[in-house]
Amino acid sequence: MSTAETHAHEGHHHDQPTGLARWLFTTNHKEIGTMYLIFAFAMLFIGGGMILLVRAELFQPGLQIMQPEFYNQLITLHGLIMVFGVAMPAATGLANWMLPMMLGAPDMALPRLNNWGFWILPPAATLLVTPFFLGLAGIGTGAVDAGWTMYAPLSVQTGWGMDFAIFAVHMLGMSSILAAINVIVTIVNMRAPGMTMMKMPLFAWGFLMTAILLILIMPVLAGGVTMILTDRHFGTHFFDAAGGGDPVLWQHIFWFMGHPEVYVLLLPIAGAIPHVLQAFSRKPTYGYKAQVYGMWAITVLSVVVWAHHMFTSGMPTTAQLYFMYSTMLISLPLAVLFFCWIATVWKGSLSFETPMLFALGFIILFGWGGLTGLVLADAAADPQYHNAYFLVAHFHYALYPTTILGVMAAVYYWLPKWTGHMYDEKLGKLHFWLAIIGFNMTFIPQFFVGLAGMPRRIPDYALQFAEWNMLSSIGAFILGASHLVFLYVVIKCVRGGAKAEAKSWEGADGLEWTVPSPAPLHTFDTQPVVK
Amino acid sequence: MSDRVENLRRANRRLALRLGFLALLAVGFGFALVPIYDVLCRVAGINGKTVQAAAEVADNTQVDDSRSITVQFMGTPMSNSPLEFEPVQTRMEVHPGQLAHASYRVRNPTDRVFVGQAIPSVTPGEAARHFQKIVCFCFERQEFQPGEVRELPVTFVISPDLSDKVVAVTLSYAFFQAPDDSTKG
Repeated sequence: MSTAETHAHEGHHHDQPTGLARWLFTTNHKEIGTMYLIFAFAMLFIGGGMILLVRAELFQPGLQIMQPEFYNQLITLHGLIMVFGVAMPAATGLANWMLPMMLGAPDMALPRLNNWGFWILPPAATLLVTPFFLGLAGIGTGAVDAGWTMYAPLSVQTGWGMDFAIFAVHMLGMSSILAAINVIVTIVNMRAPGMTMMKMPLFAWGFLMTAILLILIMPVLAGGVTMILTDRHFGTHFFDAAGGGDPVLWQHIFWFMGHPEVYVLLLPIAGAIPHVLQAFSRKPTYGYKAQVYGMWAITVLSVVVWAHHMFTSGMPTTAQLYFMYSTMLISLPLAVLFFCWIATVWKGSLSFETPMLFALGFIILFGWGGLTGLVLADAAADPQYHNAYFLVAHFHYALYPTTILGVMAAVYYWLPKWTGHMYDEKLGKLHFWLAIIGFNMTFIPQFFVGLAGMPRRIPDYALQFAEWNMLSSIGAFILGASHLVFLYVVIKCVRGGAKAEAKSWEGADGLEWTVPSPAPLHTFDTQPVVK
Repeated sequence: MSDRVENLRRANRRLALRLGFLALLAVGFGFALVPIYDVLCRVAGINGKTVQAAAEVADNTQVDDSRSITVQFMGTPMSNSPLEFEPVQTRMEVHPGQLAHASYRVRNPTDRVFVGQAIPSVTPGEAARHFQKIVCFCFERQEFQPGEVRELPVTFVISPDLSDKVVAVTLSYAFFQAPDDSTKG
C-alpha cells in the first residue's frame, strides 16, 4: 500500500492522515478490508482460547480447573464470538478487499457506511466480553451463560451478562446489515461496463446471496433479543408462559435467523472456492450457471427449513415431516455445487499449493459435515443425537471447513495480491497439515462419544468417554497451534519474500490479477471494459 | 463524466435507502412473528395450547362408548412459586364425549398471601384442541391465604373428533407466580 502510486492518480490527491487517524477515518475498501481481517483473526484467538480452556477441563472426567458456571460462560462466548466476531467479519473483510477489484470498481459504493460498519465491531466485541473479565475480577455475575442460542426462559432469568450480550448482538447485527447493503449496492451499480450479472465472478454471486439473507434475517434476531430485553426489565411476557407468552416462540425466532446464518457463512466461501480450484486446476470453472442457480436455490430454501433445529421441542408430526423433507431438499442444490467443484478439478493439470490444499480440505470435510447433517435432518433419528456430542461434531464439520479452511484458502490465494510478496510455501503447507490433523483429531472422537451417548454442554462426563476426550483435547491444542503458524506466515509475507507478479498464479483468472501486486491503494479509477 | 458520477451517487443512495427500508420491514416481521405464531398455534391446535376459556357444553353430546382414553394428570409448581401442587388422582379412563371431573390439591406453606396462575398444556399436541375444559382453575388467577389448603376442580370433555390413534392424553399444569401487571394468561 505505498502512497507513491496514490499520488499518481489525479483526483485522489488528498492529504493522507497518518497513525491512528488514518485507520479511524479511512474510507478505502482495501484498508477497511485489512481491518476486518485483522479483527476477525484477533477474535479467533479470543474465541479459540476460550474453547481451549473448555477442552482443558474436558481432558479428564471430573471438575479440575473450573466450575460449571464458568464453563457455561466459556461455551456461550465461544459460540457468539466465532459466529459474529470471526466468521462474518472475515468474510466481510474478503468482500471489502476483493469485490471492487473483481468487479472493476474503484471502491465500494458507500465508503463512509463501510467505515461505520467496521468501527461498530470493536465496541460490540468489547461489550460482549467485558462482563467476562469483570466476572474474573469478582465483579458481577460474569458473561452471558445461556448458550449462544440464548434459549428462553434461561436467557430471561440469567445474570446481567445477558444484557451486555443483547446490546452486543444489536451492534453486530447493525454492522452486518450495513456491510450487506454496501455489498448489494456495489454489485448492482458498480460493475465494470460489459460485466453482466451472468459474467460476474462467483465470489460476488456468493456474497450477493449472503447480503440478501443478512438483510432479511439479522433484523429478526435484533427484534428477538429486544423481546428478551423487555421481558427481563420492562414487564413484557413474550417468552413467559405465566404471562401468556411461550418460550418455544424464542426458538422459532432464533432459528429463523440461525439456520439461514449457516448459509450466510457458507455462500461467500462457496463463491471463493471455485476461483481457487480453477487457478490450480488450470481450466475454467465447471458449470458456472449451475452454481449460480444452485446458490439461488440454497438462499430461497434456507429461510423455510429452520425448525429442523427444534425436532425435540414437541412439534406435531406433520410439521416434523415438512421440516425433514425440506431440509433434505436443500442438500440437492448443495450437491450441485459439490459436483461442479469436483468437475472443475477433474482431469485438470493440478498442482497443490497451499490455497489448493485448503480448498480441497474444505470440500472433503464440509462434505462430512453435510452427510452427518442428513442423519440429524431425519426427524426419527434426531432425538437420539440431538443433545449428544454427535451434533457438536456435525456442526463443527459444517462450520469449521467453511469459515476457517475456506477463508484460509481465499487468504492464501489472494495474499500475494495484498502484500506484493509470495508467502512461505513450506510453512503454509505445515499450517494446512497441522490444521487438518488437529481438526480431525478433535472432532472425529466427538462423533464416537456422541453415538455412545455423551451429552453436550456439560463440563463433566462418564468415565467410559475418557480416552476419546483426551484425544479430542490434544487435537484441539494442535489445531490452536496451527493458527500461530498462520500468524507467522502472514507477518513474514507482509515483511518480505519473493516478489509477486501482477498475476501471482499461473492459472489465476479475473480482473483482480490485472492490477499490480501489491494492489495500489486506488485501483480502477477508470473502469475496465469487459468483453 | 462528473454527470455520470453524480448519477451513480444518486443511484447508490436510492438503492441503499431501499435496502435500509427492507431491513426495517424485517424488524417489523420479527415482531409480527409473535401474533402470527400465536394464531397459528391456536388455529392448527399445535404446541399443546388449549383453549383458555370455558367450552360450551353441547346439548346432545354423543358419548363414544366404543373406546376409552387414558388421561394422565401432572402438576408442577414453577421455581418462582412456593406452592405444593399435585393432582389428586394421577390418571383416569374416559370415553370421548363423556363429562369428567378431576382435581388438584394446593397448599400454601408460606406465611404470605400467594397469587398464582396455572398454565395448562396438553400432550400430544394434536389432542389439545379436542380437550375441552368446561370448568378450570386455570381460567383465572388464584389467591391463597397463608397456610391455606384447597382443592381446585377441572371439568372437561374430550371431543369424539379426536383421532382414534390417540389412546392417552396428558394434561399438565405449571403453576406460576402471577406477574404483577398481567391480566389472566
